[in-house]
Amino acid sequence: MRELAAIGVFALAAAMLPAFVSSGFVLHLAIMVLYSTLLGQAWNLLAGFGGQYSFGHALFFGTGAYASAALQVHLGLNAWLALPVAIACGAAAGALVGALSFRYGLRGSYFALVTLAFAEVFRILANSVQFTGGGVGLLLPLKESAADLQFSKAGFLHLILALTLAGFLVTWWLKHSRFGAWLAAVRDSEESAAALGVDVVRVKFAAIVLSAALMSAGGFFYVQYFHYIDPHIAYGPAVSVEALLGPIVGGLGTLFGPLLGAAALQLLGELTRNLAGDVPGVSLVVYGAVLIGMVMFLPRGVAGLVSRRGA
Amino acid sequence: MLDLQIVLASLLNGLTQGAVYALVALGLTLIYGVLHIINFAHGALLMVALYGVFFLNARLGVDPYAALPVMVPAMFALGYGLQRFVVGRAGHGRDENILLVTLGLALVLENAALAAFKSDTRAIETAYTFSTVNLAGAMIAVPKVVAFFGALVVAGLLLALISRTDLGRAIRAVAKERQGARLVGIDVEHVFAMSFGIGLACLGAAACFLLPAYYVNPQVGNGFVLIAFTVVVLGGMGSFAGALAGGFIVGVIESLGGLWLGESLGQIGIFLVFIAILLFRPQGLFGASVEKSGHA
Repeated sequence: MRELAAIGVFALAAAMLPAFVSSGFVLHLAIMVLYSTLLGQAWNLLAGFGGQYSFGHALFFGTGAYASAALQVHLGLNAWLALPVAIACGAAAGALVGALSFRYGLRGSYFALVTLAFAEVFRILANSVQFTGGGVGLLLPLKESAADLQFSKAGFLHLILALTLAGFLVTWWLKHSRFGAWLAAVRDSEESAAALGVDVVRVKFAAIVLSAALMSAGGFFYVQYFHYIDPHIAYGPAVSVEALLGPIVGGLGTLFGPLLGAAALQLLGELTRNLAGDVPGVSLVVYGAVLIGMVMFLPRGVAGLVSRRGA
Repeated sequence: MLDLQIVLASLLNGLTQGAVYALVALGLTLIYGVLHIINFAHGALLMVALYGVFFLNARLGVDPYAALPVMVPAMFALGYGLQRFVVGRAGHGRDENILLVTLGLALVLENAALAAFKSDTRAIETAYTFSTVNLAGAMIAVPKVVAFFGALVVAGLLLALISRTDLGRAIRAVAKERQGARLVGIDVEHVFAMSFGIGLACLGAAACFLLPAYYVNPQVGNGFVLIAFTVVVLGGMGSFAGALAGGFIVGVIESLGGLWLGESLGQIGIFLVFIAILLFRPQGLFGASVEKSGHA
């Protein structure tokens, strides 16, 4: 209950932000933190709670992004209606990967590799097919009205806040539900979980579908916010890394880990941009170093540091 | 139907390209076979080696093949140090952690190169870069033929090292049974670092054979990393002969795929084979039937 209250307070504070701050830069930063949180929540659900480390979450992100962009551009579908379609397509991609890899018992590094390969297959397809605009990508037409889901910064902040809030509630439910307990049992030991009667394959399958659905909502948001998607953004490794970095920095398998991690990384990114200027690559060098440092010295993330002090 | 001559040429091209993939994959398979970790930084480390060869040539005028005695020990030392002081320390006994550390390493190396050298693509020109030999009517670039034999030699040396020397015996012992090896007095951490070092030394050799007919830019490793994994998985994790055969198979698949599906879509064949092998035969074509899920 205290967790739900904390989520509520956070959501309220974030929702009121545009009333006090008019700076476009600050609002953009807040939007990016929430967006990064959503990606982290999706990855965290599968890896932090289920122990399945995906290195190709871009697959679901890109599928959600392309599903909505292609429908809007080619068929003129309304953006609001594209959201459920995008999520359904992302979830379907999750079902495909889950059905194949869990059915055949892929775990650990093998699972990480197969997700990476799937993302790569989709990147090549998106690069070669007319429907996705090939290597040029898809550009959403500008139609500035809330009915077409194109708003001011404040509007986008509320949209991503709603999506992130959904991520929070799903994660909270996972922590307190029977399904979450099954998933945690599978994470800790598949053999013991199976011995206790947990249907391991089905639990992992449900987890990847849920995770993919959240991730594709992130892809949907990306397209609406930036009006553009191409194969490298959609299915390239950068998004997969962003999704896993946040929870690892913030605290794997925790409710607030993805948010803590996303906030820390976005601020760090801004800082390096300010200090190093626009030298390409520097911010990612810092990200990589943070990843190594976190795994070496703080494997439980920032949240682990806090809870250790509390205990 | 395509002309038989073109198919033959494409086949030979695929075989020579496959030799390079095999060279890259040999190091990866050794590291996996011994440490049971998947080194995601393998492509980025190949990129480092390629820059090494490039600058030796551009600044000091060293021929890429003459750079072998410099690059191989240098990459070995880098690998030994990395395993000893970074990768090995971050494990905390969990394979996922090692996976993440090598991913972080790849990010750091790739983007440090981007910051230092910009995204420019650089190539070197040697007297033999554009010379070709005529093999059964197909024109094959000389550097690719050299790489083909280079891959065979490196694989042979690795096999001899593993099967004939004391170090090889220790490596095999550690690969099979860590605790047992420790109990009979083998310095396991040293063997880990040696294996990582030898794995990267293979990359040093690969870079020397690769650069005369190739190029280097900060992202060059990306193209190789998934292909090298495919080769290793195809051949069976930890098997040298498998890596060699897997390299040739992947090279041919890519070459023929490019012929029939075009440049951009042709690459897809490799990844589809990769996924199929992972799903249906994760021990690989030549690998011993290890436990299905592997060690990670």
